[in-house]
Amino acid sequence: MTLLNAALQGVFLGAFYAVLACGLSIMFGVMRIINLAHGDIAVLGAYVVFVIVEHAGVSAFIAFAAALPVMVVLGYVLQITLLERSLKAGILTPLLATFGLSIVIQNLLQLAFSPDVQSLGGSAGALTTSSWQLAGGLSVSALGLVVLVVAVLVFGALQLFLARTRIGWMMRATAEDADAAELVGINSRSVYAWATAMAVAIAALGGFFLAIRSVFDPVSGPTQLIFAFEAVVIGGMGSLWGTLLGGIALGVAQTLGAQVHPQFAVMAGHLLFLVVLIVRFGGGRAVLRAAR
Amino acid sequence: MTLLNVEALDCRYGLLQAVRSVSLRVEAGETVALIGANGAGKTTLLRAVAGAHRLHSGRVVFDGVDITRLPAHRRVALGIALVPEGRRLFPSLTVEENLRVAASRRRRGPWNVQSVLEVFPMLQQRRRRPAASLSGGEQQAVAIGRALMSNPRLLLLDEVSLGLAPIVVDAVYRSLAGIISEGSTVLLVEQDLTRALRVAGRVVCLLEGRVVLEEAAGGLDRDRVVSAYFGLRRPA
Repeated sequence: MTLLNAALQGVFLGAFYAVLACGLSIMFGVMRIINLAHGDIAVLGAYVVFVIVEHAGVSAFIAFAAALPVMVVLGYVLQITLLERSLKAGILTPLLATFGLSIVIQNLLQLAFSPDVQSLGGSAGALTTSSWQLAGGLSVSALGLVVLVVAVLVFGALQLFLARTRIGWMMRATAEDADAAELVGINSRSVYAWATAMAVAIAALGGFFLAIRSVFDPVSGPTQLIFAFEAVVIGGMGSLWGTLLGGIALGVAQTLGAQVHPQFAVMAGHLLFLVVLIVRFGGGRAVLRAAR
Repeated sequence: MTLLNVEALDCRYGLLQAVRSVSLRVEAGETVALIGANGAGKTTLLRAVAGAHRLHSGRVVFDGVDITRLPAHRRVALGIALVPEGRRLFPSLTVEENLRVAASRRRRGPWNVQSVLEVFPMLQQRRRRPAASLSGGEQQAVAIGRALMSNPRLLLLDEVSLGLAPIVVDAVYRSLAGIISEGSTVLLVEQDLTRALRVAGRVVCLLEGRVVLEEAAGGLDRDRVVSAYFGLRRPA
């Protein structure tokens, strides 16, 4: 039964990875930008919440609600200043620009907050400590459940938005053919800016979950980016539901790996990622050929 | 009334000069056909008018307003719609979504999803299917319908017959004839000379980025068109 419990914990962990990965998936899906600063933006979001908690003395959840509009504006401005210009210079430039942005965010955070490790777990109330023991040795933590429910709601809402609303259609149209979208009257610059704003806001949600479920510091971003990136690739690039499932698959691989050995957890996730890469890009046949 | 006035237009792709100092007027209610060999600059000229290709120099004036620096989506709001070469539908969107997504900068006028489906009845059955699953002719109908959704004053058609079976081309042109007869202004690129001469009131022939012939379609003799088309004898 410990294996089953481990898998269940993996689902909760994976829901967290899926939230982290969601914004990465949006930006890749709409603009074909691989945002290497995504993890750092998530951590930046955590620090914005942290600052509000410290200064206003409110609960972490209220602070997050206040941080959200800040992050939306930040995402919008990021697109129309940095990313839009870098997109015009070819596909490699956004990669370099976001890589630079990642370093800038990490160093600014170090300057402003020192390299000390922080957590918002204490400001999130009883949620971080409550849990239920179910029959069969299964354990459900309140926080894990909240993250899972929020993840499903975020992905579900996004799916509905893209499938049912005209602005959602405009976003899909621009993602599929930005030039043709302009020709039917869609302002592609504005669509891109809103897509980035959404991605940054959801990244901040991921950073917030990171901050209340464990600890963060100014250089936590790249690790989060790797997990987010693996979730996106495992789920199939550019597919939303795929990203949710990819995140959960990654989480389950890690918690099952931890059953083998605690230090094998992250490695198990990486292995799943590599296997998916090999299978998806036809590497399976190449491996078989080489073995013969 | 002059609806579109293109003055000394120059378009380049890097060092390649695709359109060289082209000036062109289209009067309201007119149908003008742009003809010329491959690479003559027809598509580039249409895209420059629609705002999808940046000019190197020159001016585009639409209904008295200088639109040279306006992005494509704002030109749609003023009443310019392009049916691009190769249709360029949004493949994952359904037929109806392809039409409705094009209505965000809609002007007032007769066209909406209902009236487009009346002109292209073959789309009625397909309205909830993704555009990627349609046949070429159906896709072309959606592309034209999508352009009509903004209720354009100037409709730009780029090779609507490309890659379609002759019988489908006939159907598409029959629908177009109805649209044209309602008084729309149309600037179209067409490879099929006979068809171009039949639908257009005036023909403009491009050769290597320049206008080499511009005349009413009525009394035009075919040999002169052919020689202009291939540049056999350059008119003085």
